[in-house]
Amino acid sequence: MTEPVLSIKDLVVEFPFRDDVFRAVDGVSFDIMPGEVVGVVGESGAGKSMTGSAVIGLIDRPGHIAGGEIRLKGERIDNLPEAARAKLRGKRIGMVFQDPLTSLNPLYTVGDQLVETIRTHLPVSEAEARQKAIDLLAEAGIPKAAERIDSYPHQFSGGMRQRVVIALAIAAGPELIVADEPTSALDVSVQAQIIKVLKKLCTNHGAAVMLITHDMGVIAQTADRMVVMHQGKVVETGTVGDIIRRPREPYTIKLINSIPTIERKDGAATPAPAANDDGAYVQVKKLVKDYEIGGGGFLKLMPGKVEVFRAVNEVSFSIEKGKTFGLVGESGSGKSTCAKMIVGLVRPTSGQITVDGHDIWASGAGHQERRKRVQMIFQDPYASLNPRWRVADIIAEPMRTLGIARNRGEVDDRVAELLRRVRLDPVVMRKFPHEFSGGQRQRVAIARALSSQPEFIVCDEPTSALDVSVQAQVLDLMSELQAEFGLTYLLISHNLAVVRQMSSSVGVLHNGVLVENGPTDAIFDNPQADYTRMLLDAVPDISKVA
Amino acid sequence: MSDLPQTTAAPVVVPKTSRWKMFLRSDIVWSYRHSPITIVASIVALLLVLMAIFAPWLAPYNPFNPATLNLMDGFTPPNSTSFAGNYFALGSDSQGRDVLSTIMYGLRVSLFVGLMATLFAMVLGVSLGLVAGYVGGALDAVIMRIADVQLSFPAILIALLIFGIARGIIPPNQQEGAAVWVLIIAIGLANWAQFARTVRGATMVERQKDYVAAARILGVNPFIVLLRHVLPNVTGPVLVIGTIGLALAIIEEATLSFLGVGVPPTQPSLGTLIRIGQQFLFSGEWWILLFPAITLVLLALSVNLLGDWLRDALNPKLR
Repeated sequence: MTEPVLSIKDLVVEFPFRDDVFRAVDGVSFDIMPGEVVGVVGESGAGKSMTGSAVIGLIDRPGHIAGGEIRLKGERIDNLPEAARAKLRGKRIGMVFQDPLTSLNPLYTVGDQLVETIRTHLPVSEAEARQKAIDLLAEAGIPKAAERIDSYPHQFSGGMRQRVVIALAIAAGPELIVADEPTSALDVSVQAQIIKVLKKLCTNHGAAVMLITHDMGVIAQTADRMVVMHQGKVVETGTVGDIIRRPREPYTIKLINSIPTIERKDGAATPAPAANDDGAYVQVKKLVKDYEIGGGGFLKLMPGKVEVFRAVNEVSFSIEKGKTFGLVGESGSGKSTCAKMIVGLVRPTSGQITVDGHDIWASGAGHQERRKRVQMIFQDPYASLNPRWRVADIIAEPMRTLGIARNRGEVDDRVAELLRRVRLDPVVMRKFPHEFSGGQRQRVAIARALSSQPEFIVCDEPTSALDVSVQAQVLDLMSELQAEFGLTYLLISHNLAVVRQMSSSVGVLHNGVLVENGPTDAIFDNPQADYTRMLLDAVPDISKVA
Repeated sequence: MSDLPQTTAAPVVVPKTSRWKMFLRSDIVWSYRHSPITIVASIVALLLVLMAIFAPWLAPYNPFNPATLNLMDGFTPPNSTSFAGNYFALGSDSQGRDVLSTIMYGLRVSLFVGLMATLFAMVLGVSLGLVAGYVGGALDAVIMRIADVQLSFPAILIALLIFGIARGIIPPNQQEGAAVWVLIIAIGLANWAQFARTVRGATMVERQKDYVAAARILGVNPFIVLLRHVLPNVTGPVLVIGTIGLALAIIEEATLSFLGVGVPPTQPSLGTLIRIGQQFLFSGEWWILLFPAITLVLLALSVNLLGDWLRDALNPKLR
């Protein structure tokens, strides 16, 4: 049997706090064989990133390794002095982090950073290092690498930057690459390419990969084996196919069951075809939003040509009462701008939005109708709840503002009832938002949205800040509430699987244009637009396990 | 959505966590207890404030009652008894006034002017900063350019200017009574820009957050959004600048009084006492200058240290 590249045994990472000690990693053991890709998967707080940091030797103070050992090719590395560990980084262990924007130094050209890394670790001349850098960039899929090598990081797109980071990680020929959420900051279509590049480069250079991610789909498509972590402990280890098809531990089973898939769910009723008729409850007609590019303030008063960027271009769709319309798009597609125009936060340049026949941008009456009927659920439950308010006040604000309930007892009763509806204990109404977990906060945000008794709720990425198991609970809750109150949803998401599970019809936005629009099954099973097809192919999905 | 059924709502018993207990467990109390220098500074500041508040009861003499003044007490050195047989812990000045007592009364004036001026600057700066940050556009540009212009002058110069204008407007027979208020307005107007800048920046950050969007979707009055949503979330930096601004205002008041444009000599502040004292420095009566000066340094230093600690304690990045 060959010796493992990385061997972690009973690793414990502790964070001392004021009055107790938090164990971020609690007795983790696993091996990575040469050339193997091992996925470490888990939800937030599982200790997966901390395990990665321990391997690299970059645990933030006051955290420290409190027990166990880490061996690189049989040689113990966790107790080495800092200087010796620093030598390992880059030379023998390469690193790829989540955010390609911050992991490259913006003040140096890409070439400078590559040459510096290569020359630090390998005895080569400046010219040789430069040639090697160009080769690496070309290998990482950067077109015209010889020309692009003297560009600065900001001149690359996010995906291209992550390719540079991968080239940088592989530059000194390390035995192991630690990749911490390498694709989480990227769009789906770019993500697929980056996964391929990472896998190809590591195979070519014979490096093993420790791939840390929350996304089971990415692991399904990349890794050979996987380690499932939960609350600092390893729950299950095995080949990717085995774990996804036949999970043994209850936690893994729950985790895999809560992942939405872009395949059609079994037993789901075929929704009625989305009619684009004038009787629909919500109608969006030829919506356009232009932004002026250039300085604000006094500059606006100066005469001169104003450049215009069209964020949303003649988007039209309609939603039946009680149904969900999914709006899908990558970053920059204009989906959030659409949401803001529909809830009344941003005035459209042209076009019309009607809810139940009322034009919501009509002054006076239209404004009143919108306040009563339309609500919104936001992406980030940490920013959407005022941190200085108690939950009771947050939920009561819509009813107080709209005059639904005025006296204190009535307001309290309604708040308690709303909390029960979103499956929270009414006792929590005295608490502040920071005392809740992400999923609980999103429930509070939903309770606030329901508080004004709306008929139409715009949900802008309602679960993308949440862990998969919490995501499943929140989506279930949203479906139940829809059935209970006959709510109409506009669900905006970059996550195709979530949209597939939730909506009856779907629109696909690309660069501000609605490229496709129709019943969910028709679009997912038989996409017409090239862009939609590409998007669907790119989605990493656990059903695509190799 | 139909009306929520009221019948199912059982009475909710909500246990209340005591605010005091929550406060004691908070990070700010922890960081206070782990900063010895802050504890010392707060004790010094508290003692000085108590001395000022209870001066009429604590002071051994009433230095402003001409009936009790005795020229025979003049120039008594510290910790000794005068010819008239009175004991002076910190000595007496040329007119036989007890230095300790004048310091206690002087502290009152200094602290009052400093606090009121900072409060005035705070209210003005925070309101303008909130409006500028929230409304943006031309109004923001106008307010912030005024602040920029003001910040390019030394604060003391602006205070002098305002003081000069006020002296021209107010009839001479009312000048003495109005002097303290003119001083407060002058120092306040010289210091509002700091508050406005900070609050504007913080407001622009908060304005982008979704909780503000949620309120706007509901159609909440922008004034209410500012007051109830944004303001509570920008108080942290305001508190820090307020504390450091208080130390600055106290020093500015002392400077103005030292220059002779501050409070009238009948109601001397620490600055006035220092001005009086420096006349006797070279004739050997050092205590008349030294003790008020030490008090001023202690006051400004302890308030400043408290402000520094508050800034660090409220900044999660430094923890």
